[in-house]
Amino acid sequence: MNILEKERKVLELEKKIDELDNEVLINSLKEEMEKYKQNTMTNLNAWDRVLLARHQKRPTSSDFINYIFDDFIEFHGDRLYGDDASIIGGIGTINSQVVTVIAQQKGKNLDENLERNFAMPHPEGYRKSLRLMKQAEKFNRPIITFIDTPGAYPGLGAEERGQGEAIARNLLEMSGLTVPIIAVIIGEGGSGGALALGVANKVCMLENAIYSILSPEGYATILWKDATLASKAAEVMKLTSYDLEEYGIIDKIIKEPIGGAHFNNVATFKNTKKVILEELYELNKLTNIELRDTRIKKYRDIGFFQRFNYDNLGGLKR
Amino acid sequence: MNNLMKAFESRRVEREKTTLRNSKSNYRKNLNIDVPKGLYEKCPKCSETVNMKEMYDDAFICKHCGDHFKMRAIDRINITVDQGSFIEKGLGYITLNPLFNDGYDEKIKKYQEKTNLDEAYIYGYGRINGNPCVIGVMDSYFLMGSMGSVVGEKVTRSFEYAIYKKLPIIIFTASGGARMQEGIFSLMQMAKTSAGVLQHSDQGLLYISVLTHPTTGGVTASFASLGDITLAEPGALIGFAGPRVIEQTINQKLPEGFQRSEFLLAKGFVDKIVKRSDLKETLAKLLKFHRGY
Repeated sequence: MNILEKERKVLELEKKIDELDNEVLINSLKEEMEKYKQNTMTNLNAWDRVLLARHQKRPTSSDFINYIFDDFIEFHGDRLYGDDASIIGGIGTINSQVVTVIAQQKGKNLDENLERNFAMPHPEGYRKSLRLMKQAEKFNRPIITFIDTPGAYPGLGAEERGQGEAIARNLLEMSGLTVPIIAVIIGEGGSGGALALGVANKVCMLENAIYSILSPEGYATILWKDATLASKAAEVMKLTSYDLEEYGIIDKIIKEPIGGAHFNNVATFKNTKKVILEELYELNKLTNIELRDTRIKKYRDIGFFQRFNYDNLGGLKR
Repeated sequence: MNNLMKAFESRRVEREKTTLRNSKSNYRKNLNIDVPKGLYEKCPKCSETVNMKEMYDDAFICKHCGDHFKMRAIDRINITVDQGSFIEKGLGYITLNPLFNDGYDEKIKKYQEKTNLDEAYIYGYGRINGNPCVIGVMDSYFLMGSMGSVVGEKVTRSFEYAIYKKLPIIIFTASGGARMQEGIFSLMQMAKTSAGVLQHSDQGLLYISVLTHPTTGGVTASFASLGDITLAEPGALIGFAGPRVIEQTINQKLPEGFQRSEFLLAKGFVDKIVKRSDLKETLAKLLKFHRGY
């Protein structure tokens, strides 16, 4: 039984509770429900987390921004081609510090999703984000990014306008920025499309978010030639927050309410805001050069391999 | 010396043999992947028969239609650098299996035996018509030239080596993208290599990126697109998403020539398309113009 089926059961129980008017019965049912949630929804497997990360009701970037930042002002356009609705960017304040916010925005229904292109950015989206980041560097304000995308859009126009170049340029420029960057993965972190906003001093991740090189479906198709093995692939790919923290790919896990962020949006936002403020406090202590150098070093050290020391092998000296 | 070290050393010696080729016949003996199946083979594009023995002299270009064949990394180095000037660096990397993927270790071993390479990327010091530079080449015969932890590390190392030696760097890319078997580690190599480009560029040094067939995925979206000068071979497939993925997404056939070098040139993402036979001269000229950078 996967998480969505369990959730349906909980919702049925809640509906039942609403219909009742006997207080004793209500309380006992509520207790039962909490127990059920505690027992079945706390120890999730990787596929459950994939389903939660893609959940229709999961809060989107704009929900986070509205709660966490005061006076958010959105800016549009990359000054080169157009404005990409799948990435929103602008400035706002958090604890009265001005910050630049850049986020990938999913829609809540089909119409919104069509407008937002299911949060799959085109090159102009990445170039807009780069423009805003450069602006942030000029005015020495921190950058906070929210990542929630299935991946960069693979389409004709995107290729014509240089999707690869746009992502590469973002990676290069983000490595070199001299202001604090905090990335928060709130839902799906899909491939290079996510990484293009994710080269940060601190990478935080919601408990049930995922971050991977491609979708579990794609992984199963490429390696096992069978997309229906996606749940098995999710298990193998190590895409959950706990696995990634163990590997040192992300720095911090943001706790979610039992059953996923959408069970209690406000609690999720509060946790996120707390973590952002903590990280920001630490990063504000560093100088501009330190910020840049620690960020480069952080990514320089990621890799899983071994090496012989050829230098110590006398005859093999190269 | 244990067995692992012996294997590394024997592969290196094999590679060196091909670089230190004295005569063409000696070289042909060492061609063991695509060439020796028959003396004559069909060109995949024009279906004319080509004499494979003459291919080396023709720089792996079809005599009839000018199609550029896929090349091994070591062949690429041989036709690009001055004879005997190449010194390979960055040896001894061992590929591991971070996700405990079934069959990944065996796959790596198989390709290592087949290609005499440790991984899909080799780099080192070389001279092109007397101009010193660092040269790095990806090999698409090794697991589609995909970028895992070791390739990412070696690419970054090659930039660091170039910074250390204050030399320009030339990278020939040929890759299917990030290596799926290593999962998130492969993805992070994109950020790592891009930061390598940045640091090299900050020293005011020259980076020439040569895009060859095929360059897609995570490699296009990182160091391949970040050259000061970007050259491409004619007819090479260059893009972020693979053609099949795009076709599935938009549900229609792609136009002829989509994502080929000529298309990228028209869209403004490539500085110049250079035929393989002119590549050495062009690179030498560019290096000469940038002497001291």
